[in-house]
Amino acid sequence: MAEINFTKLLVHLVVLVDVVLLHVAYATYFERKVIGHMQMRMGPTRVGPMGLLQPIADGIKLFFKEDIIPAAADRPLFYAAPIICLVAMLSCLAVLPFDPNHVLADLNIGLIFIFAMSSLASYGVVLAGWASNSKYSFLGGMRSMSQVISYEIAMGLSLVGVMMMTGSLNLGQIVAAQAASPFGIYAIPQFIGFFVFVVSMLAETNRVPFDLPEAETELVAGYCTEYSGIRFSLFFMAEYIGMIVMASIGTICFLGGWNGPFTVPYVPFFWFLLKIYAIMFFFFWVRATLPRYRYDQLMDLGWKFLIPLALANILLTGLMKTVLE
Amino acid sequence: MPGNYLPSEYTAVLVMLIFGLIFGGMTLWIGRFFRLRRPYAEKLTAYESGNPPSKSPRFPFSVKFYLVAILFVVFDVEAIFLYPWAVVYDDLGSFALIEMTIFIGLLLVGYIYAWKKGALKWDR
Repeated sequence: MAEINFTKLLVHLVVLVDVVLLHVAYATYFERKVIGHMQMRMGPTRVGPMGLLQPIADGIKLFFKEDIIPAAADRPLFYAAPIICLVAMLSCLAVLPFDPNHVLADLNIGLIFIFAMSSLASYGVVLAGWASNSKYSFLGGMRSMSQVISYEIAMGLSLVGVMMMTGSLNLGQIVAAQAASPFGIYAIPQFIGFFVFVVSMLAETNRVPFDLPEAETELVAGYCTEYSGIRFSLFFMAEYIGMIVMASIGTICFLGGWNGPFTVPYVPFFWFLLKIYAIMFFFFWVRATLPRYRYDQLMDLGWKFLIPLALANILLTGLMKTVLE
Repeated sequence: MPGNYLPSEYTAVLVMLIFGLIFGGMTLWIGRFFRLRRPYAEKLTAYESGNPPSKSPRFPFSVKFYLVAILFVVFDVEAIFLYPWAVVYDDLGSFALIEMTIFIGLLLVGYIYAWKKGALKWDR
């Protein structure tokens, strides 16, 4: 039985969370800059050089804002909801391998763990919608939950092809098996699965064009309408950590993880981070390009197109594997 | 050996859960001493575009959400069955493919039934 070195574990964990929170802060900056330039604007420029201190200013502002709790709110649930979201998303980070030697918890069911935790986060959302005791929050929470559970299926099925090719649910082993495969990345042989994954990734994280739960033109701010200040920013953090987790899963399962065409000296995690940034850029690019779906179209796309497509992909993968062997 | 197994890989997950709880709780708690607090009755009402809230927000909602939840349970159980099958696919060979084709085929019948019955229709 290996002794667990708690000091090492804690240091590793705190560094990981800090790095991810820094990425969350600068993802907002990156998003505003990318969308700004796509719309022929400048994005943030005032705070610090090139607006680089903007996310820090935003964080300080949110921290000092008044925390308004509606009188009609169900207090225990209202308090618990953002923390449920945040804890569920943070615990996903523990199983992500950034490098063969950098993984906090090397679970043999890593992929299922991530599914379970990202489903748990939708409890936080629906509880927030219910506990706020406001019509907008309630509708936002309901919409969000049924959207997340619909696309959860498509996402789970899209990754079955990867599991069949790897024979493992361990994220590190998926990357290793991928490096040994003929194309080096699964995005080429599993292109249908990759397509389904990318679409359901956008829906799972409530991003445009599937941001119905937070559609500001009809629902104000959806489930977080009644949340303000630091409580709102916990939801916000959870959402962006969710984006980073989904981008990491895409990188690990389809884009070859930490492997790249050549090794880059002195820059740790170069390829992994590059691939994550590319997927994050894709999130923002889509947001600047596409209009929002209507709710019935969104459910139709999930149930009538993506799920049959993912099932077909599983059968096709099975057939190809049997024929090729 | 049974009864003596310590899933040590999960320690990090547990520590991460506790860390997340403490982090979220502390952020909220420390903020109490710095932020403004001037509540009054109007500020604490639910937001409804400035009007006083009309009726209770706990209104009955569309049964469609409920149907989606039931379908989710069915399909998620299917997905759970598929995971172990996918992991041991190489060891089972073509037998696995035939068996899973039958399994997915049966589910497909139910799926088409639900579709025809209009469980997937939202615009009605």
